[in-house]
Amino acid sequence: MTSAQAGLLSAVFLASAVEFVEAFTIVLAMGVTRGWRSALWGTVAGVAALALVTAVAGYALVEWIPESALQLAVGTLLLIFGLQWLRKAILRAAGLKDLHDEDEAFRTESAAGLSARPQQRLGLDWFAFVVSFKAVLLEGLEVVFIVITFGVNADSIPLASAGAAAAGVLVLVSGAILHRPLARVPENTIKFAVGLLLATFGTFWSIEGLGVVTDSRDSLDWPGGDLAILALLVIWCTVSWLAVLELRRAAPQEA
Amino acid sequence: MRYVKAFGRFWFDFVVGEDWRIAAGVVAVLAVGALALRAELVSDSLLAVLLAAAIVVVALVSVRSAGYGEATRP
Repeated sequence: MTSAQAGLLSAVFLASAVEFVEAFTIVLAMGVTRGWRSALWGTVAGVAALALVTAVAGYALVEWIPESALQLAVGTLLLIFGLQWLRKAILRAAGLKDLHDEDEAFRTESAAGLSARPQQRLGLDWFAFVVSFKAVLLEGLEVVFIVITFGVNADSIPLASAGAAAAGVLVLVSGAILHRPLARVPENTIKFAVGLLLATFGTFWSIEGLGVVTDSRDSLDWPGGDLAILALLVIWCTVSWLAVLELRRAAPQEA
Repeated sequence: MRYVKAFGRFWFDFVVGEDWRIAAGVVAVLAVGALALRAELVSDSLLAVLLAAAIVVVALVSVRSAGYGEATRP
């Protein structure tokens, strides 16, 4: 397994795990407060929509866009997306942004489920169906984005999909056994790690993809080849850690 | 038209996120990199390192600006 493939698998697995945990919390709240049948149909519909988006977007990207341009375009998107993740993670770690709390999210969604009026459509509780569908679709879109961008650049969409599927199965099985929100998953730490991986690979691939503007259209050479990925990871870790330390000093102290 | 706008807005928020300066900065850095590459101003290896450093600066500007904004919020 190459370093790109190992990074691909780690990033997709971790990103998928946190997104699936968030979707699971909402579906669980709908299942408990409004009934499991509608919540599960909403989940199935969401997963089907995601599979369709993945297949169409993945096929369109690979078939219609030249490989060299794809590397630059997808690398750039991955870098922008990754820096947004990293920015949020740094602000959370510095205490300047609220940490994500699954217990709190479960309480909020359950309260919404209990207060919503009953409305039947297609034999389903429409509120539970729509909320579950949207949760799975919206949380899953981030996973699809990462699967496609990483998969295309590392030339291994099946490996990326396998990483996402493994995370999905792990979350579902854990959730089914515990039957409560997976609040003990260190989501904020995992999101930090994913932000670092996305920023690292996004930097590597987007700059490598600049080779598309040369006459040869060959990828730009990084000093040290693939080892540059490791160096970039170390740089992003160091810079993020220093930023957290600096912002912690600037953050207002609680009395 | 309303749905087209909402669709566009969703994808803008999804990719660009909370701080448009990150997207703008990254695109600007890569555009300058493309021009430098075409003009063969420096070697590929040096250019890669310089561009990576510029991207780190873009990220730091965004984080510091958001961080100090939050820290000084009453």
